[in-house]
Amino acid sequence: MPFIPHTEADIQAMLDSIGAARIGDLFDEIPATLKTGRLSAVPAGMNEMQVARLMSERAAQDAPLLNFIGAGAYEHHVPAAVWQIVSRGEFYTAYTPYQAEASQGTLQVLYEYQTMMASLTGMDASNASLYDGASGLAEAMLMAVRAHKSARRILIPASVSPVYRSVARSIVRLQNIELVEIPFDAATGTTDFKMLEQSAGNDFAALVVPQPNFFGALENVDELTQWAHAQGALAIALVNPLSLALLKAPGRWGASGADIAVGEGQPLGIPLANGGPYFGFLCCKQALVRQMPGRIVGRTLDMEGKPGFTLTLQAREQHIRRAKATSNICSNQGLMATAATIYMALLGADGLRRTAAASHANTAALAAQAEGIQGVKRAFPGPHFHEVVLQLPAPAPRVLEKMLAQGVLGGLDLSTHYPQLGNAVLVCATETKTASDLQRYIDVLRASLNQP
Amino acid sequence: MRADKPLLPEASEMDTVRHYTRLSQKNFSIDTNFYPLGSCTMKYNPRACNSLAMLPQFMARHPLAPDSTGQGFLACLYELQEILKDVTGMAGVSLVPMAGAQGEFAGIAMIRAYHEARGDTGRTEIIVPDAAHGTNPATAVMCGYAVKEISTGHDGDVDLDALRAAVGPQTAGLMLTNPSTLGIFEKNIQAIQKIVHDAGGLLYYDGANLNAILGKVKPGDMGFDVIHMNLHKTFSTPHGGGGPGAGAVGVAPRLLPFMPIPLAGRICSPPGEKVHGGGKAGGGNVHYRWLTENDLPQSIGRLSAWMGNAGVLLRAYVYARLLGAEGMCRVAEFATLNANYLMAELGRAGYTLAFPLRRASHEFIVSAKRLKDETGISAMDIAKRLLDKGFHAPTTYFPMLVAECLLIEPTETESKETLDAFVAAMKEIWDEAHSAPGLVKTAPHTQPVRRLDDVKAARELDLVWKPAA
Repeated sequence: MPFIPHTEADIQAMLDSIGAARIGDLFDEIPATLKTGRLSAVPAGMNEMQVARLMSERAAQDAPLLNFIGAGAYEHHVPAAVWQIVSRGEFYTAYTPYQAEASQGTLQVLYEYQTMMASLTGMDASNASLYDGASGLAEAMLMAVRAHKSARRILIPASVSPVYRSVARSIVRLQNIELVEIPFDAATGTTDFKMLEQSAGNDFAALVVPQPNFFGALENVDELTQWAHAQGALAIALVNPLSLALLKAPGRWGASGADIAVGEGQPLGIPLANGGPYFGFLCCKQALVRQMPGRIVGRTLDMEGKPGFTLTLQAREQHIRRAKATSNICSNQGLMATAATIYMALLGADGLRRTAAASHANTAALAAQAEGIQGVKRAFPGPHFHEVVLQLPAPAPRVLEKMLAQGVLGGLDLSTHYPQLGNAVLVCATETKTASDLQRYIDVLRASLNQP
Repeated sequence: MRADKPLLPEASEMDTVRHYTRLSQKNFSIDTNFYPLGSCTMKYNPRACNSLAMLPQFMARHPLAPDSTGQGFLACLYELQEILKDVTGMAGVSLVPMAGAQGEFAGIAMIRAYHEARGDTGRTEIIVPDAAHGTNPATAVMCGYAVKEISTGHDGDVDLDALRAAVGPQTAGLMLTNPSTLGIFEKNIQAIQKIVHDAGGLLYYDGANLNAILGKVKPGDMGFDVIHMNLHKTFSTPHGGGGPGAGAVGVAPRLLPFMPIPLAGRICSPPGEKVHGGGKAGGGNVHYRWLTENDLPQSIGRLSAWMGNAGVLLRAYVYARLLGAEGMCRVAEFATLNANYLMAELGRAGYTLAFPLRRASHEFIVSAKRLKDETGISAMDIAKRLLDKGFHAPTTYFPMLVAECLLIEPTETESKETLDAFVAAMKEIWDEAHSAPGLVKTAPHTQPVRRLDDVKAARELDLVWKPAA
């Protein structure tokens, strides 16, 4: 099914117009020795009914589980209207809005998106999305190094997601940028200020400030931001956007606010979907706007004085500046930003706040009930958003495997990345979990620990 | 805790749905208009790809759920890797990169890792033809390289003398698009390949134009060491108003150890051993798992938190299964037929062909310079007037080597009737340029807004809405 509409008569008329005898002649500039194009590993084509059967069978192998894993990808309820609208062909099959007059729909959505994200983060400006939170963090680091001009080191707490640190390192190390890890305080799970102080006086471009951090714990963001600024460095806020319905916006951290706010946009209306597509968001203070990577939409006037929207500040971008661009990014995650915009519009500030609060409350309730099981305790008792680290009285991989056999994804095993935490799992219960879901978790955990 | 309320709309669900539905109606899209945007391959996006990628089990699965609970998903990705290996003639494929530009990053990072692993540290330059996409030089810089541009000959091919003069012990590699951004097949590819390889450099293939040769020529057979594919072009996943895309990379054997992770791996267990989650997809003792740092210790690493744009990859997989081997060959044939037909007809209509003696690949360039000299009507004016006639504009002013250029890519999914209607519109504009130039210069007249002031947008930045004080 190649979706080609030509009739035999069409083909003949077209070849006559071109002056070619057959379609094969159109490839006559390709050296004959290169035309080896036999596809031996590509199966024969199928019709839609056959492919639908195949995919349904594949999907049936991946039966849903009762999920308590977060760790950077969160299960939230997405109102049906979000993807019904996003899937409209006018959004779904448009290209990047190069022809502004014929793309006012996409452009206005992205302008609304920028407005919502800037407000949520307390920043002056937002771009129109990046690939995901992890690669977005790398872009924020590159931006900070460009802005700082002299330093090429970035301080990053070990309480930042290990996978984010790994991705950021893969990307920024090629420009000789060094990531310096700051340990966390074993008692609180938050950045160890004494260890941070040891970096004082060294030349570094930015400090990454996660909120909440990978353990779900709340960092002392005011103090960390102040400290970074006192060292002449930028503060990069790495935030969960949903948490910002409850927590202080990065633009208000410390005396003058963080300089860049970046993170994973998935909690705002994007399904888990095996990890993608999601989107990264990046917001900043006015002074840094021209250092931003990626597309930015601006509001302007048309020749009749009517307001309209267009891509702007393109002189930063690769198609204009080439080797001197702020990033090589071209396609971003426009459709995901569209979904997030509709999600935020449907929920409003109050709905977002209720979702965040319910997620916090569910996780708190789950942790409290879990601590009722003998030998189970929270690793860090301080304030958290919607994730906590539970320490178990048995090896985590074995417990999680037993829970999986009962249809429950019991959390993320932390033993690989944080062996110092012992038998620890990272657990998340969002607003999607009911009281009986929490009870089921507790029952299954208890049974998996061989406790009656 | 937060003291202020974020500035989000307060509206009913119905009003919200109306608002965004109305906004959608202000867009041109493939579903509503012919969209011959050169270099972007705006072909039909089959609906089955969308609905089957959005089956509830795929949508609900957490990326950190154990591999045993995602065997169906992993099987699709593994098979997509195999299909793309065959299509490109490469030894390995990683699906990680989330767009073409990230695929380029992965490719150049692998070239760098290869040279470094050999202790060959003096290679500091990437060579890029002047006609290349802007992402090529921008990527080389992101990977820590200096960029050396080389010129294009008058027939549109790379200037071989310029290339010979440019290569040396400092050359890490050459980035090349073939067919090129000028819409022609680089005839001297074998000579280019030899010049670069003899100098110790590697050859990077920008797959933006893979649609032109799908099933006809494999980049691996042309001697490329590493390539990226834009699955949102050639494999018909939607562009979504600017992404998500997917920029899978393919590599020659010597770059296999450096591929970005994770990869989808297929494991055959000894007979008799029971594997949780195995079964139907592989039959018996076959199962799938992610290959990670432990499997590829020399990998350039991770470029996304999880598995790139997983849902886009599922759409590409469905598309590949619908087409099959025979369908893929027909893609290149009909994309090329449509482009050459449209080029011939627009030549007859008076537009100047940039390379009249060459075959078009899946796209081609016409220049409006003659029309501009005669009437003052520019390529931009033509682009805007086309919107009035219900057609999205071609790519304008890229590549910059051709004055007043329109880069036109019809794709294989358009009918002759649509192409004829487009030619008729272009003829009308030609006539209007002579009879009523003011009408063309002030176009568009039928869109939600008239021509927008880009200079004002950049000078008086208005990036977020602010309530009236």
